[in-house]
Amino acid sequence: MAENLLYLTELVGLPVFDLKRRRIGRVKDAALVPLIDPVRVDRYLVGGGWAWLTIRHDQVQSISLDGIYLRDEQLTPYHSDEYMLRLARDLLDQQIIDVSGRKVVRVSDVTFEVRQEDGHDVLGVLEVDIGLRSVFRRVVQGALPRRAVRRLQRPIPPNSIRWEFCNIIEPDPQRRLRLNISGAMLERIHPADLADIVEELSPEDREAIFETIDSEVAAEALSEVEPDIQASILESLETEKAAEIVEEMSPDEAADVLAELKEETSEEILDEMDAEPKTEVRELLEFEEDTAGGLMNTEYVVLHEQAAAGDAIEALKGSEEPPEGLNTLFLIDAGGRLAGVVPLARLLLSSGATPLKELAVEAPVQVSVDEKQDRVTELFDKYNLLTLPVVDDEGKLAGVITADDVITVLRRK
Amino acid sequence: MLKRLRYHIAVFFSVIGPGFITAMVDNDAGGIYTYSQAGARFGYLPLWTLIPITLLLIVTQEMCSRMGAVTGKGLSDLIREEFGLRVTFLVMTALVVTNLTNIMANFAGIASSLELFHVSRYISVPLAAAAVWLLIVKGTYHGVEKVFLIACTLYVCYIISGVLVEPNWKEAAIYSVRPVLLLEPAYITILIGMVGTSVAPWMQFYLQAAVVEKGVTEKEYRESRIEVIVGCVAMTVIAFFIIIACAGAIWTRNPRDIAGAADAALGLRPFGRYAFLLFAAGLFNASLFAACVQPLSTAFTVCEGLGFESGVNRRFREASIFYWLFTLLIALGAGVILLPDFPLVRMILLSQVVNGALLPFVLIFMILLVNKRKLMGEWTNSRFYNAVAWTAVVVLIGLTLALVAISIRDLRAG
Repeated sequence: MAENLLYLTELVGLPVFDLKRRRIGRVKDAALVPLIDPVRVDRYLVGGGWAWLTIRHDQVQSISLDGIYLRDEQLTPYHSDEYMLRLARDLLDQQIIDVSGRKVVRVSDVTFEVRQEDGHDVLGVLEVDIGLRSVFRRVVQGALPRRAVRRLQRPIPPNSIRWEFCNIIEPDPQRRLRLNISGAMLERIHPADLADIVEELSPEDREAIFETIDSEVAAEALSEVEPDIQASILESLETEKAAEIVEEMSPDEAADVLAELKEETSEEILDEMDAEPKTEVRELLEFEEDTAGGLMNTEYVVLHEQAAAGDAIEALKGSEEPPEGLNTLFLIDAGGRLAGVVPLARLLLSSGATPLKELAVEAPVQVSVDEKQDRVTELFDKYNLLTLPVVDDEGKLAGVITADDVITVLRRK
Repeated sequence: MLKRLRYHIAVFFSVIGPGFITAMVDNDAGGIYTYSQAGARFGYLPLWTLIPITLLLIVTQEMCSRMGAVTGKGLSDLIREEFGLRVTFLVMTALVVTNLTNIMANFAGIASSLELFHVSRYISVPLAAAAVWLLIVKGTYHGVEKVFLIACTLYVCYIISGVLVEPNWKEAAIYSVRPVLLLEPAYITILIGMVGTSVAPWMQFYLQAAVVEKGVTEKEYRESRIEVIVGCVAMTVIAFFIIIACAGAIWTRNPRDIAGAADAALGLRPFGRYAFLLFAAGLFNASLFAACVQPLSTAFTVCEGLGFESGVNRRFREASIFYWLFTLLIALGAGVILLPDFPLVRMILLSQVVNGALLPFVLIFMILLVNKRKLMGEWTNSRFYNAVAWTAVVVLIGLTLALVAISIRDLRAG
């Protein structure tokens, strides 16, 4: 083991000596001030006699397992400060998010690197320790000499997370700002993984996460969370923020989430939303959850039946953002009734002048909005479908069910 | 009005599970033995303790489920966050020891109940252990919960066998509400034993974790509380029927000590095949059920508290400590039953000692935690409720320590 490492369990209780090498007390805690430096320990809190004292990092000469030697003994009494992340109090034994491993972990210990800065020793947080080794250190801490603990722990494999991948969860928004905690790191996690992480947390921490991350990421993550947790998250957020997130969701998923809420709450959220997504979501909310209408979404590409392949390509190029996983185009007649279904592959392989009608599949499958969801899954299986158009009573195209919706239904059974 | 009622009933069914399962598993092999012994030796006299037991149970269980619903965290998580790792480690170590002996007692229950059906323990115990392991490791959360709820309904065996014995209902009714205190050491030991087995540390951890896992929130808490209360009452009803079955069958003819729960089943034989079969089947069900829940809950609690990955939805590589602990608890619990000279009775007495030493800490931690405004917000105990809870805790601690003293005496003697 490298000599320049120090654990928080070792730091706590380390004796502190003044210039005349007299012991003035023992270390009680160490604090970072993330706004100044996210890694370097800024202050050491020392308890000696009746009050705690604060030692600034530049007042320290050397740090080792034998103790901390000062080079400046003008110490100030300790007073609590909202900009300070106290490692033993605020980090130890708390849950944090391991961004690289995409999971929630509980902090057992912290590893520092002892390095030189302008000729004196400072501590930089290197890793957060979570495994059996750190549990062992904590349990025997104080009962055995520090050097003996280091020898004894050697056979246990370490399990640590680099400090730059640690995301602290702080429910208080003000303190989040003061500790410089942002959602930037969480936004890099795949939304589906973020959803798993969120499910593991307490309601308060879930709220904290959804408040910090960008609405777009929040929308994607929220779609992947289990329905009853979705509801409790949205209810805990401010209506404005909730509306922002729901707006970013695809209309069918937004409708599913809102259907889980109390009517009052979902109305409040709808009121806050922009006009266009609002009407789409409202229409979808009309349908029973376990029918084709409840499963379908309204994001699809639709063309007039008289159009040619070239028109279709132009239309796709012109659209802002084609639906994710686009694989089918739908044709409608002048009355909005479904007239045909064109697989994307056929369009790509055709020449520009070919009428779309000629590319349409023979005998397309369709369902009515109030078809039961069991029947829908059956059709997907029977006809090996990727998409299934849904029509209303008059035969007008109302929406499209995609295979991923069906997989979700089947998984929930 | 009707719509609201229907809403509440729907929510009630959506939260059903944690409270019911915990209360039912409380009637495990050890519990059944204690109740049978009470009935066989003293007849209907000890029945009155069931009402105070129910109240004690409700008070403790309610606090745990409330903490689970409000904080969304397990009891071991909260102990870790508020009292540090070393305390958690000690509590977890003691919990593993008591639960391991509980698991042993339950595999012993499986062995002895199936021996009544002439199945050798060398067949029944390994098969049961394998079945338990496969169910938990291969099953999904919802599937396993369904199996557990079915196991809960099978406790009805005891009600039927209690009825078949045709006990003296009038006496049973009278002594359920009339406290009788005999100044006889054996009687007092039985009473203490009944209370001591009814509130165990593992239940608090299991219940709170199950409430969290179920996703119960403050919103559904009202229904969840009802579920907990119904579960506790159901547990007492089963205990009542076990006691009157043994009182009617054994005590009325010849009051005596019984050697085990299976011995009690044999005592029911003169009252027909079904009374006997149902009692034995009930013992098998209860033992197997507890042998599923206890290893799972122990492994889960320990890993949560110490910060190791846990849960059956994780793969073996991700949560290796969880799976090893779970497997080891089952293997040890089942394995010792197959050793010819294993001192099981001594182990159970020892378990009661550790159990009794651990329970006060767990209960005091619970009350301290449930009163932390930082964690519970407006959901802390009211002053009146705190008085009730502290009284319950003091009574429980007193009786448990008495049980510890008795167990230590028996350990020395035996």
